[in-house]
Amino acid sequence: MSNWHGMYTLFAKEVMRFLKVTIQTILTPVVTTLLYLMVFGQALEEHVQIFTGVNYLNFLIPGLMMMNIIQNAFANSSSSLIQSKMNGNIIFVMLAPLSVWEFFIAFTAAACLRGLMVGVVVFLVVWPFLEIPLQHPWLVVAFALLGSASLGAMGIIAGVLSEKFDQLAAFQNFVILPLSFLSGVFYSLNSLPELWQGISRFNPFFYMVDGFRYGFFAHSDVDPMISLAICTVFLLVLSLITLGLLHKGYKLRH
Amino acid sequence: MSAAVSIRNIHKQYGSLQALKGIEFDIQPGEFFGLLGPNGAGKSTLINIMAGLVRASSGSLSVMGHDVVGGYRQARQSLGVVPQELVYDPFFSVRELLRLQSGYFGLRNNDDWIDELLETLNLTDKADANMQDLSGGMKRRVLIAQAMVHKPPVLVLDEPTAGVDVELRQHLWEFACRLHQQGHTIVLTTHYLEEAEALCDRIAIVNNGELVALDSKQALLARCAERQLTLTLADTNIRLPAGLQEKVIEHDSNRLVLRLDKNVMNIGEILAAVQASGGQLVDLHIEEPGLEEVFMALTRREPRA
Repeated sequence: MSNWHGMYTLFAKEVMRFLKVTIQTILTPVVTTLLYLMVFGQALEEHVQIFTGVNYLNFLIPGLMMMNIIQNAFANSSSSLIQSKMNGNIIFVMLAPLSVWEFFIAFTAAACLRGLMVGVVVFLVVWPFLEIPLQHPWLVVAFALLGSASLGAMGIIAGVLSEKFDQLAAFQNFVILPLSFLSGVFYSLNSLPELWQGISRFNPFFYMVDGFRYGFFAHSDVDPMISLAICTVFLLVLSLITLGLLHKGYKLRH
Repeated sequence: MSAAVSIRNIHKQYGSLQALKGIEFDIQPGEFFGLLGPNGAGKSTLINIMAGLVRASSGSLSVMGHDVVGGYRQARQSLGVVPQELVYDPFFSVRELLRLQSGYFGLRNNDDWIDELLETLNLTDKADANMQDLSGGMKRRVLIAQAMVHKPPVLVLDEPTAGVDVELRQHLWEFACRLHQQGHTIVLTTHYLEEAEALCDRIAIVNNGELVALDSKQALLARCAERQLTLTLADTNIRLPAGLQEKVIEHDSNRLVLRLDKNVMNIGEILAAVQASGGQLVDLHIEEPGLEEVFMALTRREPRA
């Protein structure tokens, strides 16, 4: 017996929540991305060419889109959970006849939707001004979904583990931000020294960005199928950890 | 008929603290049940185990025959909880919150019942207001509406009148009584003992994680047999008979306070004895034992050696 409508309602509530503050949740990331494009793109466009025939500004777009997708997916589930915990209103979801699966799917799907919305808006804003091909659209969609779902799950983990906004900010600033900045958004893995190339290969965000970029340019540092497999395994591992925490009721049901 | 709430040998351990030590009792369908105890006695832990918010270390608890762990969906469908704290989601209006809460319980198109709840709780004109803009009393009423949105047969009111004004307290009492008359099982925890005395059919008193009393209100009150008689006399000098003199606990000019065993001593005989001793009665006041005396006697902490 499943509570489909309950799960849908929790998903809808999470979506309504971020749509009520679109300036913060959609517009701000789009403006930040445009600033990145202006600063990095304009400053380095003349000096850097990573893939043959692809100028640096165009190279940046998919990476920045993916960075926004994953950061916003993480922000959605983590901030919603920590706010509900701090306010105490998490109790209304805890009292409802929802399974851990339903809770997980609702929160992750809402996080995905926010991440994808930000990604799509960024694309729509820059698309009229730049020439960005879309060689493998299904790979773009697949990596966007895998990345946003993974970070949505990570957001649940961070929201569950954190007891204060402070702790969540630490997770965001010391884990998510470095991993996303060091994921090849602004550079190709091949342009790094060998040691850093090796270290970067342990960063799962790198495979999200690299595979996503392949979907646009049909160029990548790593075989996109390997990236797809790694991203899928990463999502499965995070999902298992999240479901385990929720099943245990860790810091939610004492 | 199976119990509305069945609690079996519930233990809860927080580290080295034993919050509940084998609590066991039933709450029958349709009862207005009081759960009393001093702060830190374990009431909230027990309520939270009932609601699935806390997991028991051992033992079992079922609501309307559904185990809160194994049959959590049905158990939660059967239970409405009004939390003690005024908690709310600041993103939504009252109506949105009630619609969301209905949805969590799998209910679509619940607007008729939501409208009825809003009207009953005098919230109709606040339906589209954000929770942040409501007074404390209104927020409390919204919490009740949220707990009732799925029409649960068992309603838990955890300190519902803490910090609310007299008018709202009366209103909440009337609402709880109406729900009780409609057949709902009500579980009330409160610090106001007169509230439990006025509303509850049966009362459990928890102290230090243990059940120290479980009885009907009348039986609990009968445990305290002493009542207090205050006499105001016209004159100050009166010599009572020896048998009565030893019952005097206070003698202040023309005011006489006696502590009497109501099962043994008859007020009429006492008044006759006072008058026979030359006392001219101006006024009298009888104070019957209340739940507070029983509560104090059962939960008094022995001083540590």
